Amino acid sequence: MSDPAVNGISTKPRDVQRTPPGEDAEDIIICRDVHKWFGELHVLTGISITIKHGEVLVIAGPSGSGKSTWIRTINRLEEHQRGDIIVDGIELSNDIRNIAAIRSEIGMVFQSFNLFPHLTVLQNVTLGPIRVRKVRREEAEEAAMQLLNRVGIPEQARKYPAQLSGGQQQRVAIARALAMQPKIMLFDEPTSALDPEMISEVLDVMRELAESGMTMLVVTHEMGFAKAAADRMVFFDDGNIVEEGTPEQIFENPQHDRTKLFLSQILTH
Amino acid sequence: MTTITPPQGQAEIQPPSSEVGVVGWLHHNLFYSKVSVVTTIVLSVLLLAAIWLLLQWVFTGARWGVVTENMRLFLVGQYPKDEIWRLWLTLALLSVTTGLSAGSSKSGAVRMLAMMVMAGQVLLAIMVLISGMGLVGALVLLLNADIVWVAMYAAQRRPIRRLWISLGWLATTVATVALIAGLGEATPLPNVSSTIWGGLLLTILLSVVGILLSFPFGVALAVGRRSNLPVVRFIATTYIELVRAVPLITILFMAQFLFPLILPDGIRIENVIRAMGGIVMFSAAYVAENVRGGLQAVPTGQHEAAFSIGLRTWQTTVFIVLPQALRITIPANVGLFISLLKDTTLVYIISLLDILGIGRAVLANPDYLGATFEVYLFVAMVFFVLSYTLSQASYRLEKELGIGER
Repeated sequence: MSDPAVNGISTKPRDVQRTPPGEDAEDIIICRDVHKWFGELHVLTGISITIKHGEVLVIAGPSGSGKSTWIRTINRLEEHQRGDIIVDGIELSNDIRNIAAIRSEIGMVFQSFNLFPHLTVLQNVTLGPIRVRKVRREEAEEAAMQLLNRVGIPEQARKYPAQLSGGQQQRVAIARALAMQPKIMLFDEPTSALDPEMISEVLDVMRELAESGMTMLVVTHEMGFAKAAADRMVFFDDGNIVEEGTPEQIFENPQHDRTKLFLSQILTH
Repeated sequence: MTTITPPQGQAEIQPPSSEVGVVGWLHHNLFYSKVSVVTTIVLSVLLLAAIWLLLQWVFTGARWGVVTENMRLFLVGQYPKDEIWRLWLTLALLSVTTGLSAGSSKSGAVRMLAMMVMAGQVLLAIMVLISGMGLVGALVLLLNADIVWVAMYAAQRRPIRRLWISLGWLATTVATVALIAGLGEATPLPNVSSTIWGGLLLTILLSVVGILLSFPFGVALAVGRRSNLPVVRFIATTYIELVRAVPLITILFMAQFLFPLILPDGIRIENVIRAMGGIVMFSAAYVAENVRGGLQAVPTGQHEAAFSIGLRTWQTTVFIVLPQALRITIPANVGLFISLLKDTTLVYIISLLDILGIGRAVLANPDYLGATFEVYLFVAMVFFVLSYTLSQASYRLEKELGIGER
């Protein structure tokens, strides 16, 4: 990533009270006993986990086990009702300034891309920097072109999302998130909506991003990516983490029955 | 392993004549079965007979005197003869601004609007010639039509910045009001009371003001109805539901008879302005509901993506949600505006003489007894031209904005 100071972009949100880092200054995300209910349904049942700077965490588990909901609580797309979430020293509370500050440090990539269909690729990528970070248009466009180069589609800058393939759209979505110079990237099943031929082009970009030292939380069923890029894996079931370890530990020596079953089903194909 | 060799020379076989060209079209659309052959022939005969009878009446039977002799009334109502130049000057200003906008804009819809302003003035010139309002007026209108062209070409060479175009429209609006209504007795532009505006002039003024003001008002109401603030939501919802529960006629009546009663002494608002207010109030509620439908059609993923790049709620609405919602609602809103255009004829009940009102007034004259059909056909043609223009411009806009559609 380019040096923030070069672009004149401050990544330090102002007016936000930072709680002193908990146990370790290296921790960038701290979740303590996070609960969430959808009405009567208890979907997150007390998640506690700490994620370090630069760590790549892959989150696996069956559908409906709460993995997407959990990463969506981290940038407040879903509200948690109990427990603490602390991102880069900022506590996620109902204070709108805290939410804005945390969102400005977190980029997110969705399963269904969610590009803005009425804007060109370039406008999609520059909108955040121009409107939120108040970067000048020329600078934002230059930075955006660099990012589009990085994800391998500079020639599509003037097109509209609908004119791109799924894989290209997802790479634009990654560029759009990176344009805000986030410290953390959340990926919510980024390849689940893609044709098999396009999955690898997106995973390649993600792997390159992981190697560059970005902190990443990735919900995915792509076990190849997990093996190659993850520092740590967690396995979700019934709204909580049931198993945690390095990819090798999880794949070669799963402890929990649910993990064993899941892996046997997903790896036999 | 077997490879399949495509058969040679297939490409040279032509499709049968029943599938392509004029014959193909006729075959597929008009004569594709026994029933379709009979239907086509019967309907064609009936249609041709109807057209023949209508044309015969138009050219030999009809007494067009009722329209031609009253053309000035149909166009401008009682607007004083000596002040009519102000209307032509207004149109000249509009021509310049429209032409410059069209030339500076990449949008085909704006260019089409310019074409329509041009064609409209040519039509108007013909009507002015018929009306006996003088050759000068007609010539000025034809000249205006050329001005649109010239301005468009000039601006295409050197596009004008959006800011200046916006200021230009603001100035044109102010000038239009000053020219049509007047500045005061001692000035070169003496007041022309709105009570004597009439005919096509009044119809167009009511429609344009109605459309231009009800649109932003309606959008604000729609956004308000989806606001997180309960008070805002309550006010917007109540307004929309109340207004939609009342017919336009009732609102016009209230604007006419009740509204003056609640005004403090000494303040009078002219009839036409009150009618405009009523139309705007009424139309805005419907715009709001159309737009609300559009807002709901924008997927939640769009909000989430906007939030995740750090946009605030208002920014998400302005930059992400509204542009998509308004695009979806173009057909519905244009439909609404076409019906607004036709609903302006209701102002006759508060004794304003729009083009239909003038028609009724003319028919009340014993000289023109029995010319009902001529008058209504003429008025209908005028409304058709205006409505059709609106709908064509909207199709153009839809197509153009369709580029980025999913």
